[in-house]
Amino acid sequence: MATQTTASTDAFYKQLGRMYGIYTGGFVAFILLLAILEQIGVPNKILGYFFVFFTLAVYAIIGVATRTAQISEYYVAGRRVPAFYNGMATGADWMSAASFVGMAGSLFLLGYDGLAWVLGWTGGFVLVSILVGPYLRKFGAYTVPDFLSFRYGGNFARFLGVIVLVCCSFTYVTAQIYGTGLIASRFLGMQFEIAVFAGLVGILLCAMLGGMRAVTWTQIAQYIVLIVAYLTPIVILSTQHYGIPIPELTYGKAIAEITAREQQLVKDGLAVLCTQQSCPAGTLRPHIQPFMNYTALNYFGIIFCMMVGTASLPHILMRYFTTPSVKEARDSVAWSLLFIFLLYFSAPAYAAFSKLEVYTNIIGANIDALKPWIFQWGDLGLIQICGKNAASLQATIDACKAIAGHGGVLRFQDFVINTDVIVLSTPEIAGLPYVISGLVAAGGLAAALSTADGLLLAIANALSHDIYYKMLDPNAPTIRRLTVARVLLFFVAVAAAALAASKPSDILAMVGWAFSLAMAGNFPAIVLGIWWKRATTTGAVCGIIAGWGICLFYLVVSRYFPQMGVTYFGMTSLLNPETGQALINVSQILADPKWLGDLPASAANPLANKVGWFDLNNINCGLLGMPLGFLVIYVVSLLGKEPSREMQALIDEIRKPRGKTVLEENV
Amino acid sequence: MAQPDRAGEEAHWRKTTNLMLAHLGVWVFFGYIIHMFVVPLNKIVIPILDFPLGFYMAAQGSLIIFVVMLFLFARQQDKIDREFGVAEED
Repeated sequence: MATQTTASTDAFYKQLGRMYGIYTGGFVAFILLLAILEQIGVPNKILGYFFVFFTLAVYAIIGVATRTAQISEYYVAGRRVPAFYNGMATGADWMSAASFVGMAGSLFLLGYDGLAWVLGWTGGFVLVSILVGPYLRKFGAYTVPDFLSFRYGGNFARFLGVIVLVCCSFTYVTAQIYGTGLIASRFLGMQFEIAVFAGLVGILLCAMLGGMRAVTWTQIAQYIVLIVAYLTPIVILSTQHYGIPIPELTYGKAIAEITAREQQLVKDGLAVLCTQQSCPAGTLRPHIQPFMNYTALNYFGIIFCMMVGTASLPHILMRYFTTPSVKEARDSVAWSLLFIFLLYFSAPAYAAFSKLEVYTNIIGANIDALKPWIFQWGDLGLIQICGKNAASLQATIDACKAIAGHGGVLRFQDFVINTDVIVLSTPEIAGLPYVISGLVAAGGLAAALSTADGLLLAIANALSHDIYYKMLDPNAPTIRRLTVARVLLFFVAVAAAALAASKPSDILAMVGWAFSLAMAGNFPAIVLGIWWKRATTTGAVCGIIAGWGICLFYLVVSRYFPQMGVTYFGMTSLLNPETGQALINVSQILADPKWLGDLPASAANPLANKVGWFDLNNINCGLLGMPLGFLVIYVVSLLGKEPSREMQALIDEIRKPRGKTVLEENV
Repeated sequence: MAQPDRAGEEAHWRKTTNLMLAHLGVWVFFGYIIHMFVVPLNKIVIPILDFPLGFYMAAQGSLIIFVVMLFLFARQQDKIDREFGVAEED
């Protein structure tokens, strides 16, 4: 029996390598084919549609081909995904539209301070591996609430787990679907709503029939597309500039040039430096100088919250339920981080090359010397020069003429660029053919879709497995369980797409909030559940409610009810990181009835997101919630009776890789 | 391979905990502490590559450490599991 399993697993491995090898080759051939079509004269728009629909079709085919009617295949891919491939799938699951499109832009804008995101979104996997992942794998859960329910005996803990999960995953999945709309509409000129709908169909075809099994094999395919798409333009750019095709090594030179150029701009009077005396918007913040955009507290706060959030987000943890063994779960985390690392350590190179281009060819240039790619993005409202969209050369000249004393040479403060443009415009800056731009768009879509798949599955599985099967109808037969799972998946996806199509204003900020909420709600209960036998049900329940509650309270009040935060809860203005002065004059704003009565606060309200306790940015609310969660679980647990002998024996079981999973379902 | 017993289990968990704490320590150092010294570190420029060291650590250095650390951790934990006979059968 044992040898037979090994033999079939071996065959499985070999087949996988060949399959994905052929797939990668096919993808490269497809790019070359489109490059030839471009040379023949096929219009860009057609090429763009080819990219979107061909890649979507491939994902859908994989999704349909790997459909399943088995419960364990649907929920955990039969627990036989090899570590290496699970690592790739996790990479795609992890890297969202924000990582692919937004991160390089943040690094461009924030310089060193933006690296908080690079560190925060990688280092968390250390915690996944050493504290959480392998133990949950040994436990044998289908979902994260499954573990909470088992360890903290009962459906109340399960229910809390589901609330935390849905709360942090739903806004996140909406942001991904929004991302597909954004990429396709900006990049391929599709209508936003149509793009959202196309994305929805793509997601449903992948996830609905095959659950985790289908999502796994699709995510691997999506990882290959997204990493090829991300690295290709920047490798070419690095080769053009420095003759070495490894941008991660060469962009150090670009940074040195940026620093020299910054000093030159200030000397020439083309930029005003941000200083400790005065640092308003529009002043230049040197690229490598730290803590000019975030205070040191908020910089390290973001790193900490993103890292601990990583180890608490259900859609990531559940990927490690799919490996064949505990050992492979550990190996798999290492592979995941390696695959994720490939993108994250390249993102700062994008930022540096783009910044160098802007500082040398745009700032300090005559307006009539601007390159055409600028107007293409300006036309979409993504680049503004002299306070107006840079829709055309004439519009730009007129806008700058309207500014008193403008000499026709662009100054630092004249130029505003939307951060999404950094990655998307790099192929044009490098003068590459359109086919590379299409490739980048396909990569961005792959990143958004793969993350959406994983999140959607996490939500639908929690609803179908935890709420429906475990709480409402424990005797449901397999077929009905799978039907319910698929129907719920469908409705959650449609709801997320509908919300995304309405373009809610805070949707991208909410992705950051999800990390803090997940960290405050899940992390203390999961970690103590594994590492401290004395943690009790009452302790965990109180800890989740207290930690998650304070985090949610801080977010909601500082974003939507800042007036009350100031009046009743002692919140004060956040501080400017460089000068240490208050960012806003709270009493002056509150004296204005327009802002005082603005409840819930609109995005334009000057108080929104600008007030808080201890100068803590609300994205870092996990810094309040997680310690409180730990403290409450600790104190309340010690006040009660210690968990039963049987429970303690089961915790011992979780700690040993050998033996059967603790929670075994015989289907 | 020793049969797992009560004492063995406790020794296994003690070693596992120590390994966890050691890696957690490295994580804290490269995730936070080293970046607190970014300003003095930026005065050092890596030869040939031209990166300021403080910037480099946040952009690449710590990330490389994390990746290496995870592969190392997987090996070390597996070794502990084998030593106490609680590893999975191959």
